[in-house]
Amino acid sequence: MSSQLLQLHVCKLPRLKKSRRNSGIPLHFFIPTLPNPAPSNNRSLFPYSPANQSVTVRRPFPLSHGTTTLGFIFQGGVIAAADTRASAGGLVACPEVHKITPIHSHLVVTSSGSGADCMLWERILTREIRLYQLRHRRCLSIRGTAKLLSFMLHPFKGTEVCVALTLCGWDKDLIYVCSDGARLQGDIFSVGSGSPYAYGVLDRDLRWSLSKEEAISLAREAVFRATHRDAYSGNNVDLFHVTAQGWSQRKREDLKEEYYRDMKRKTNIVEG
Amino acid sequence: MEYLIGIQGPDFVLVAADNVAASSIIQMKHDYDKMFKLSEKILLLCVGEAGDTVQFAEYIQKNVQLYKMRNGYELSPSAAANFTRKNLADYLRSRTPYHVNLLLAGYDDADGPGLYYMDYLSSLAKAPFAAHGYGAFLTLSILDRHYRPDLTRDEALDLLKKCVEELRKRFILNLHSFTVRLIDKEGIHDLEKLTAGAK
Repeated sequence: MSSQLLQLHVCKLPRLKKSRRNSGIPLHFFIPTLPNPAPSNNRSLFPYSPANQSVTVRRPFPLSHGTTTLGFIFQGGVIAAADTRASAGGLVACPEVHKITPIHSHLVVTSSGSGADCMLWERILTREIRLYQLRHRRCLSIRGTAKLLSFMLHPFKGTEVCVALTLCGWDKDLIYVCSDGARLQGDIFSVGSGSPYAYGVLDRDLRWSLSKEEAISLAREAVFRATHRDAYSGNNVDLFHVTAQGWSQRKREDLKEEYYRDMKRKTNIVEG
Repeated sequence: MEYLIGIQGPDFVLVAADNVAASSIIQMKHDYDKMFKLSEKILLLCVGEAGDTVQFAEYIQKNVQLYKMRNGYELSPSAAANFTRKNLADYLRSRTPYHVNLLLAGYDDADGPGLYYMDYLSSLAKAPFAAHGYGAFLTLSILDRHYRPDLTRDEALDLLKKCVEELRKRFILNLHSFTVRLIDKEGIHDLEKLTAGAK
């Protein structure tokens, strides 16, 4: 009697066609490439691209890559910092987004580009890393993670997927992976529309021998200056510090306070 | 934006590549190596679209190494160049062409040194000297003028320095430093990087 009931209640879900070659991602994720021959790689810093006529899906508002994220390595580990504004065209879609996501206890990833794409690919990456850990009984290295992510993103090159992630790991490794296919390992990366401003602050004052407090305050300063000048970055700053013991997150700070402190400092200099 | 150059001598090949990895207006890395070691005496220099370069070059690199594992001996530079060209040509009219410009430099124990120029339309030419990038417009005439088939290693390095000097003077972009390598019958040698301060 019960087995009959079970047979009645088992509903046949349509089998999702998965692509084993592409690590089990359902095949309908793979948008077929458009007939246009050359994928345009001119990613301008402005969110509007009226010349891009070859859109399959009409968007309700133009997407933007408005963000400031940065990561750098110093003697005390790796610092990852980002603002928290998600912009869509000219409006602030959400002032309190998490742009830095921990993947596992010793790896965080900062994201920029399209928010939805980043969230999805972070989840896919987390799943793949966990599967690797379960299958091989060891953690995949940061470089391996970056390579895996780069290969998973490769089929989507030339489509509208826009993902630029910086993997910050315990091994004092900092790797930038982007949906264009770039995979760069380095000591300092800043990504997003506010990145030139952040580079301006970081390139001057970053040294290997910084203490942890100095590094955190430098990262905060860099994000603050970038959010001050860039319209598409702002609100708060998130700071993560990754060491051999794992990642630790600082309390989210409102950059408005930083601005008032800076104004006060400037008036004191003028007066004093 | 990126620059590759190769000069072949009587028993060596000298190659150099700039060290900039750029993303729109920002230099993301100043010390990026654009040369891929295919085997003990073959180097592949690869520039072009952001992800395509690394993907394609690593694919060729691993396949050349696989050939060695399967057959016990390495591919000659000429065979490697033709293999690379064939792959590039096969992908050219597919949905995912690779937009890469290559220089393949190698030393064959039987045939001597060889420099192969390949572009993104998979045309292949064996040349005594070659360059890729906007910088090539400025430097090919220098190579035309001063190249001789019997250059010594020092003369070839001087010729390379002349080209880099010209880039520093006239090229609109700041290519700060260049990786330089030399291939001869002993293998691949790393030479000193050419940087802005060096003369």
